[in-house]
Amino acid sequence: MRHIISILLENESGALSRVAGLFTARGYNIESLTVAPTEDATLSRITLVTSGSEEVIEQIKKQLNKLVDVVKLVDLTEGEHIEREMMMIKVRTNGKDREEVRRLADIFRGRIIDVTDSTYTIELTGNGAKLDAFIKALTAPILETVRSGVAGILRGEKALHT
Amino acid sequence: MKLSGSEIIIQFLQDEGVEYLFGYPGGAVLHIYDELYKQNKIKHILVRHEQGATHAADGYARATGKPGVVLVTSGPGATNAVTGIATAYMDSIPMVIITGQVATQYIGSDAFQEVDSVGITRPCVKHNFLVKRLEDMAETLKKAFYIATTGRPGPVVVDIPKDVTAPNIKIDYQYPDQVFMRSYNPTVKGHPKQAKRAVDLILSAKRPMIYTGGGVILSHAEQELIEFTQHLGYPITNTLMGLGSYPGSDKQFLGMLGMHGTYEANMAMHECDVLIAIGARFDDRVTGDTEKFCPHAQIIHIDIDPSSISKNIRVDVPIVGDVKTVLSGFNEELKSRKEKPDQKALAKWWDQIGKWKAEDCLQYDRNSSLIKPQLVIEKLYEVTGGDAFVTSDVGQHQMFAAQFYKFNKTRRWINSGGLGTMGFGLPAAMGVQLAFPNEKVACVTGEASIQMCIQELSTCMQYELPIKIVTLNNRYMGMVRQWQEFIYESRYSHSYMEALPDFVKLAESYGHIGIQIDKPSDVEDALKEAFDKYKNRLVFLNFITDQSENVYPMIMTGQGHHEMYLSSASRGLA
Ligand SMILES: Cc1cc2nc3c(=O)[nH]c(=O)nc-3n(C[C@H](O)[C@H](O)[C@H](O)COP(=O)(O)OP(=O)(O)OC[C@H]3O[C@@H](n4cnc5c(N)ncnc54)[C@H](O)[C@@H]3O)c2cc1C
Ligand SMILES: Cc1ncc(C[n+]2csc(CCOP(=O)(O)OP(=O)(O)O)c2C)c(N)n1
Ligand SMILES: [Mg+2]
Repeated sequence: MRHIISILLENESGALSRVAGLFTARGYNIESLTVAPTEDATLSRITLVTSGSEEVIEQIKKQLNKLVDVVKLVDLTEGEHIEREMMMIKVRTNGKDREEVRRLADIFRGRIIDVTDSTYTIELTGNGAKLDAFIKALTAPILETVRSGVAGILRGEKALHT
Repeated sequence: MKLSGSEIIIQFLQDEGVEYLFGYPGGAVLHIYDELYKQNKIKHILVRHEQGATHAADGYARATGKPGVVLVTSGPGATNAVTGIATAYMDSIPMVIITGQVATQYIGSDAFQEVDSVGITRPCVKHNFLVKRLEDMAETLKKAFYIATTGRPGPVVVDIPKDVTAPNIKIDYQYPDQVFMRSYNPTVKGHPKQAKRAVDLILSAKRPMIYTGGGVILSHAEQELIEFTQHLGYPITNTLMGLGSYPGSDKQFLGMLGMHGTYEANMAMHECDVLIAIGARFDDRVTGDTEKFCPHAQIIHIDIDPSSISKNIRVDVPIVGDVKTVLSGFNEELKSRKEKPDQKALAKWWDQIGKWKAEDCLQYDRNSSLIKPQLVIEKLYEVTGGDAFVTSDVGQHQMFAAQFYKFNKTRRWINSGGLGTMGFGLPAAMGVQLAFPNEKVACVTGEASIQMCIQELSTCMQYELPIKIVTLNNRYMGMVRQWQEFIYESRYSHSYMEALPDFVKLAESYGHIGIQIDKPSDVEDALKEAFDKYKNRLVFLNFITDQSENVYPMIMTGQGHHEMYLSSASRGLA
C-alpha cells in the first residue's frame, strides 16, 4: 500500500542523507521525497511517499524513528489528511491549440505563468492523480515537466510538531 | 578556562573518565597528538593498524561495559577503521571514534588524505558528527558518548577537521555534564500492561523456553535474568552473543542455540509453547528457516530497540524497554502472584529435554591420535578454571570455543557475531588485557584469522600484554572448507592455507614465546606451561589439529531447528 510519511528532522547537514541512505541501504521503495525548512529554522519537514507490505511499512517507520536526527514522524495515510503536489509543465502551443490549452488549464484550475510565441508554462497544484489527469488530457506536445513531489498535512486540530 | 580544540578534546576525554585511547597518528590529528604528549592521565595505546585500534577499543568495551575510544587520522586512517566500526555496530558495542579530517576550507576539494568519513561510516554507525566549529566541540563529544552508551549502544564517529584543533585558537571550556537532545530519547521502562500480559503468558506455559542474547549483557541484567530463570525453573538458551550472561554450567542451561547450537536447545525451541525472548534479535543464524521457527509458540519479546521487534519473526507480546528494568518488573510481579507454573507439565517437559540431552550432541572422538580442536578448548577450560576472558576470531574455532568453554561469568566471551570479522580476536584481547591486567586472557583463533591482524603482536610487545594465543591450526579456512564439503561436493576452492609461516619463529621474532603442539597428550601441559610458567609473557600456542574436523550440530540454510546434522555419520539423522 502507498503511505505518506511526514517527518520532522533536525535541520543539520547530512540529516537528509541519513534518511535517503536508510532507504537505499535497506532496500525500501521511495516514490517521492520533499524537504524544506519549517517556521522553526532548526527543523526541516520531509514528506516521503513509499509503498510496501504492512510489515515493511512498520519497519520503515521504526528505522526512521531510530535515526538520531529524526525528531518525530507521522504516517499521514493512517488518518485524515490533505496531500498536494505542485507541477510546472511547459507545452508547445501553435495557433489554435493555444486556446485549447488555456481552457484545459482553466478546467484544472491551473495558471499560465509564462508565455512565449510558441510555448505556455502552466502551474498546477493538486494531488498526484489530478496532475496525472492533466498530463493525460493535454494534446499539445510537452516540452518539460517538473513536479515538486507530495507535501502533506493532517486535517483538523491534529498537527505534527515537537 | 580557555582551551584550544585539541586541548578541549583531551580535557574532555579526561573529564569523561576515559582510561585508554587506542590510536594511530597522522597529519590531520597531529595537533591532538601534541596535546596527548603533554599529559599522562589518558593512556594512549599505539596499535599497528587502525583496524587493530577499533577492535582493541571494542574488546575493552565488551569486557568492561565502558565505551571504547579510538583516535585515527583522516583518509586511510579512517578507512582502515571502518571494519572495526562495522564490527562494533553489528554487535551494538559502545564506542567513540575520533577521526581527523582535512581543514574545513579544504573539505570537498579532494585534498590530501581526504575522504568523506561521515559519508563512508554513515551506514555502520549509530550516529556520526562533523565538528565544523570549535564552539561545538565539547557538546558534540558529550553527545557522542551519550548516544554511544545509551539505548541500544553502538559506535559513534566524530570527524574533526584539522583547523578546529589548531593550538592557537582558544575558547572557554566547561565540561558539559548533561546533554539534551529532543530527537533522541531511548525508551527504557516497558509498558506495564504488556508486562502483566507477559507474566500471565509465562505462568500459563506448559513447555516454556527462555532465549536470551547480547541485550542482557548490554543491559547489565545478568542478576535479574538468573533470578527470573531460577524462580521459574524454566530451561534457558543463549545466543552466541549472550553466552556467559547465564552460568554455562547451570543445570537449567541448554547451551547455545542456532546454526551450531545444541540439539537440546534447538529441539526445545522447536517444541516450546511459550518463548520468552530477551535482548536477542532473531538473527538468521538463530532462526534457521523463519517459516519453520517455533511453530507452536506464543512469543514474548523484550528489546530496547523497537525495530528489533517483529523484524524477522512476528511476536505476540512485544515489550519495548531495557532488559534490566523490565525483568526486575517481571520478578516483582512473579513474587506477588499466587499462581505458580504448572509443575507437572514442567516435569514432563524437563523429561523430554533430558532425552534430547542424552543424544550428547557435542561428542567427538576422544581417542583420536590427532589433536581434536574440541579437546584443546576443553583443556583450556580446565586449565583456566573456567574464568578466563576468551576472545575469538571467526570460523570453526569460534564455534568450538562457544560450544566447549562453559562461560559462567558475564563479559568473558568476546567475539564478533554479527559481522563475523576475522582479525578481531588478537586486538580485542589487547583491549581486554589492558582493562584487566591481572586476569587470564586467551585468544582462540585459526591460522587464517590470526594473520589478518598479526601485526598487533608488536603492540603486545610494546605494552607487555601476556595474552595466550590459542591457534587451532587446521591448515584450512575450516569453516569455508566445511561448507564446501557439505554444499560443493568437497571442491575446496581457495580455502587451503598454503605457505603458512612458522608461527613459533614468528612469535619469537616479535619477542614472544612460541610453542608448537602436535600430540593430544601434550595439549594440557602446553596450556599449563603457557598460563603458569609464562604467566607474564605472550605465548603463541600453535596446535596442529585434525584437518578434517567439522562443527556439529549444524542446521543447513533453509532448515528448521528440528532438522540438524549431528555428525558426519548421521548427517540428516535428526
Ligand atoms: C561463524 C558464525 C556462526 C554463528 N553461529 C551462530 C549460532 O549457531 N548461534 C547463534 O546464536 N549465533 C551465531 N552466530 C552469531 C549471529 O550471527 C548473531 O551475531 C547472533 O545470533 C546475534 O545475537 P543476539 O540475538 O543476542 O543479538 P545481539 O547482536 O547481541 O543484539 C542484542 C539485541 O538486544 C537489544 N538490546 C541491546 N541493549 C538492550 C537493553 N539494554 N535492553 C533490551 N534490549 C537490548 C538490541 O536492540 C538487540 O536487538 C554466528 C556467527 C558467526 C560469525
Ligand atoms: C574478514 C573476513 N573475510 C572472510 C571471512 C569468511 N570466513 C569465515 S570463516 C573463514 C575461515 C577462517 O579460517 P581460520 O581462521 O583458519 O579458522 P577455522 O575455521 O579453520 O577454525 C572465512 C574465510 C570472514 N568471516 N571475515
Ligand atoms: Mg583454520
